Amino acid sequence: MNALDELRIGESLAEVTLSPVTRLDLIKYAGASGDYNPIHTIDEEAEKAGLPGIIAHGMWTMGNLAKLFTPYYEEAFIQDYSIRFKGMVFLEDVLTLQAEVTDHTDNTINFNVKAVNQEDKTVIKGKVVLSRYT
Amino acid sequence: MLTDSIGKRSEKVKNTVERGAVKKFAEAVGDLHPIYVCEETGRQSRYKQNIAPPTFPRVFDYGTIGALNLPEKGLIHGEEIYHYERPLKVGEDILCYSEVKDYYERNGKSGEMGFLLLKRYGEDLEGNLIFTEEQVVIITEAVRREMRV
Repeated sequence: MNALDELRIGESLAEVTLSPVTRLDLIKYAGASGDYNPIHTIDEEAEKAGLPGIIAHGMWTMGNLAKLFTPYYEEAFIQDYSIRFKGMVFLEDVLTLQAEVTDHTDNTINFNVKAVNQEDKTVIKGKVVLSRYT
Repeated sequence: MLTDSIGKRSEKVKNTVERGAVKKFAEAVGDLHPIYVCEETGRQSRYKQNIAPPTFPRVFDYGTIGALNLPEKGLIHGEEIYHYERPLKVGEDILCYSEVKDYYERNGKSGEMGFLLLKRYGEDLEGNLIFTEEQVVIITEAVRREMRV
């Protein structure tokens, strides 16, 4: 038995709540990913684009959400990870990361995943398929 | 016209999964797990090496698709889909390229929107597929007017 075997359909991985989003988080992600679109880091550019302020890179949130699965690296790997970007993430937003088991097969475990903000609004949602090593 | 770019591909570009880049990326997404950054943990793992986080392929160079000229600003990222055959290992070389899979237009609340489906590929040097990344990019009517498409 290992940790993944004990997960039943309908059960969730332990949620993770992130610290409030800071400008530095987004500057770091811009540098690490190479995505320098200024609507993520510079107020004036965000306003010019019609936004109330800078918004997080959708891929920053997607990258954060994947960490729910990192601890299982010896048992499985992320085979499929699909996300729809549903809502914008602003500075000071507090995101909670969630993953719920939807299906089990011999070789895979499927999850519904999402990140919600402090108002319980979903900002990204999608699916993860873990492929298990046999 | 963006429809003319459907099926067009970039040349393959050799990228390396660089240790420093993996660490910086893992830190930026708040996931400094030892499997990404600690050499000893990597050696003792089933991979015999550190691996890269699943969304790391953002950092690779996928070459340019000649027929495709997208603006730097004003694009909306609608969807993102990764598929992996196995995790990426730190230090390995990956051949990357991209392809325009589809383009279509739909009427939405802010006028006629364009939907561009880009697919990116990462292969090992023998040509075995390691991952694909599909991206749905939404191009608003305002941006399309500027692009004259």
